Amino acid sequence: MFTQFLQLTLAGIAQGCVYALVALGFVLIYKATETVNFAQGDLMMLGAFFGLTASTVLGWPYWATILFAVVVMAAVGMLIERIVIRPVLGYPTFTVVMITIGVGYILRGVVTMVPGWGTDTYSLKTPFGDAVIRIGGAVLATEQVATIGLTAALCLVLYLFFRFAKLGVAMQATSQNQLAAYYMGIPVQRVNMLIWGLAAAVAAFGGILLAPVAFIHSNMGFIGLKAFPAAVVGGFGSVPGAIVGGLIIGIVEALAGFYLPEGFKDVAAYVVVLAVLLFMPSGIFGETVRKKV
Amino acid sequence: MRFIFKTDYNQDIRLFQHGGQMFWYGLLGLVLLAAPFIVSGYVLSQLHFICIYAIVGLGLMLLVGYTGQISLGHAAFLGVGAYTEALLQGAGVPFVVSICCAALFAAIVGVIVGLPALRLKGVYLAIATLAFNVIVEEIITRWDSVTGGSQGKSLKAIELFGWRLSSGESFYYLSLALAALSCLALINLLRSPTGRAFVAIRDSEISASCLGINLARYKTLSFALSAALTGIGGALYAHKVGFISPEQFTLIQSIELVTIVIIGGVGSLHGAVLGAAFIILLPQALSIAKDWLPESIPQAGLQSVVFGLILVGFIIFEPYGLYGRWLKIRTYFDVFPFYRRGTFRRQRGYLRSERLR
Repeated sequence: MFTQFLQLTLAGIAQGCVYALVALGFVLIYKATETVNFAQGDLMMLGAFFGLTASTVLGWPYWATILFAVVVMAAVGMLIERIVIRPVLGYPTFTVVMITIGVGYILRGVVTMVPGWGTDTYSLKTPFGDAVIRIGGAVLATEQVATIGLTAALCLVLYLFFRFAKLGVAMQATSQNQLAAYYMGIPVQRVNMLIWGLAAAVAAFGGILLAPVAFIHSNMGFIGLKAFPAAVVGGFGSVPGAIVGGLIIGIVEALAGFYLPEGFKDVAAYVVVLAVLLFMPSGIFGETVRKKV
Repeated sequence: MRFIFKTDYNQDIRLFQHGGQMFWYGLLGLVLLAAPFIVSGYVLSQLHFICIYAIVGLGLMLLVGYTGQISLGHAAFLGVGAYTEALLQGAGVPFVVSICCAALFAAIVGVIVGLPALRLKGVYLAIATLAFNVIVEEIITRWDSVTGGSQGKSLKAIELFGWRLSSGESFYYLSLALAALSCLALINLLRSPTGRAFVAIRDSEISASCLGINLARYKTLSFALSAALTGIGGALYAHKVGFISPEQFTLIQSIELVTIVIIGGVGSLHGAVLGAAFIILLPQALSIAKDWLPESIPQAGLQSVVFGLILVGFIIFEPYGLYGRWLKIRTYFDVFPFYRRGTFRRQRGYLRSERLR
C-alpha cells in the first residue's frame, strides 16, 4: 500500500519536473514583461525537435544534443521577442496573450512543414537505457531519475545565475521594477530579450527531458497547458513557486490517476488550479498586491 | 463629408444616426434576405455558419470587447448550449422552448464561471476559464448516460410550429433572424445604463465602482448574457452540424472563438460579424490557395501557420481589427485629402501595469 503510494509519488515528481520546467519559462517571462507566453509549450516542442535533429541527422551524443537544442532555442526565443513581442509591449494583457497564442499556432504549423519533422511521432534515444532503480520498494526508470536529477541541477544553475551573475541580478532588477532598473543603467529592452531567450532555452531543456516519456510530436506542446496550473499554484511570478507548483501538479495527477475514477487524471490539474484561484488567488509563493488609489 | 448636428439628447441613442446608415443597413438586410435565391447551396451553408458564429462572436464581444473580461472558455458554453438542445429535442420539447432553455442553462453556467471572475483579473481569469473549459469537456466525455460520451449525439431537423426546417433556406432564415435579433438586443443593451456600466468597468474598474456601479453584479451579468448568446449559437450549431461530440468543444475551439473578436476588432459589434465571416471563409480560401502550392505542404500545417500569422499580424499592425481598417478607409475618403495617420494612433498603456507599485 505504502509502496504503491511512494511509486506513484515518485512517478508524479518525475512528470512534475517537466511541468515545472515549462512553468519556469512562464514565470521568467511573466516577471520580466508581464506577458504570459501561451507559446511556451510550443517552444518546448520545437526544442525537442531540434534535439531530435541533432541526435538523428547529425548523430551527436545526448549531452551535445541538449546543448544544441538549448542554444538554438535561446536564439529562437530572442528572435520571437524582438519581432513579435516588443512591438506590443505595454498593450493590454489580453492582446499580448493572443499574440503568443498566434505564435504557438505558427510554430506548430511550421514544424509540420519541415521535411523530416512533419506530423509523425518520434522518440529520442537516451544513454540511460532500460535500467531501473529501486527506492524503498518503489521502482523508478533511470530516465525518470535522470529527469529529476537534471531538473534539480538546472534549478541550482539558475539559482546561482540569478544570485551571483551580473546579468542574473540585472534580470531580477528588471522584473521587479523596469523604470528603476532603467535608471540604474540596465538596458531593459535587451534584458527582456535575453529573458525570452532564457525561457525558451529552459523550455528546450524540458522538451528533451520529456521526449523519452511522451514522444516528440508537433502537438506535444499542449502539455504546456498543464504547466499553467503549475505556475498558478506556485504563484505566478515566483521562480521557486513554479518548481513547487509543477511538482504538486505532477503528484496530484499521478495520484488522481490511480485512486480516483477514470477521467480524473486529465482534469485533476485544472480542478486544483480552480480551487487555488478561488481560495488563494496569489498562489503559494505569490506576493499579494493591493491597489492603491 | 457628413456633419451630424445634435439638437436633442435622444439623437445620441438613436438606432440609426443618419439616413445614410438606414439606407446601407436596409440594403444589407435586403441582400441577406434575398441571398438564398442568388447563391448556391454550398455558399448558403457557409452563410449558416457565419450567422451562427456571428451570434457567438456577439456574445463574446459583449464580454471581451465591452466588459473587458478575458475568456478562453467559451467553447464550453457553446457545448452546454448544443448538448442542452440535443437532449431536449430528444425528449420531444418544442424548439422555441428548447433554445430558450439552452440559452438559460448556458447563462447559469456562465454565472458559475462569473463568480470566480469577480476576484480574478487578466491572466488569472484567462487561466480560470481555460481550466473550466477543460473540465466541462471532460464532463461531457465521461457522462455517458446523458451526453453519449465520445460517441456523440445526433440531432434531427428543427420543427418550428409544425414546420420541419430541413431545407437550407429555412434554416438560413431562422439563423439569420436569430443573429439579427441578437445584434439588435446587444445594440439596445449597449445604449442602456447596463451597457454603459459594462463599458465603464472595461475602461476602469476603480472609476466604475466610484460611480456606484456594482462590479460583482455587472460582471456576473455580463458573463451570463455572453454565455446565453453563446448557448443560442451552440444550439443552432448542433442543428447545423447534426452531430455533436466532445471534440468540437475543446480549448482550440475557444481560441478560435476569441480570434473572431480580435480579428473583427475588439469593442465593435460590426467586428463580431466581420470576424465571424473571416473565420469561416479563411479555410475555404486556404483550400483554394492549396491548388497553387506544392504537394508536400500539409493542409493542417498550412492552416495553422496562416491562422497564426493573421492573428499576430492583426494585433501588431491593425489592433482595431477588420472594422478598424474599414473605419480608417472610410475616414480617409471622408476627409480626403486631410487624412493623418495619427488619427487612430493607439496609446501604449505602460502606466496601466497590473503590478501595482
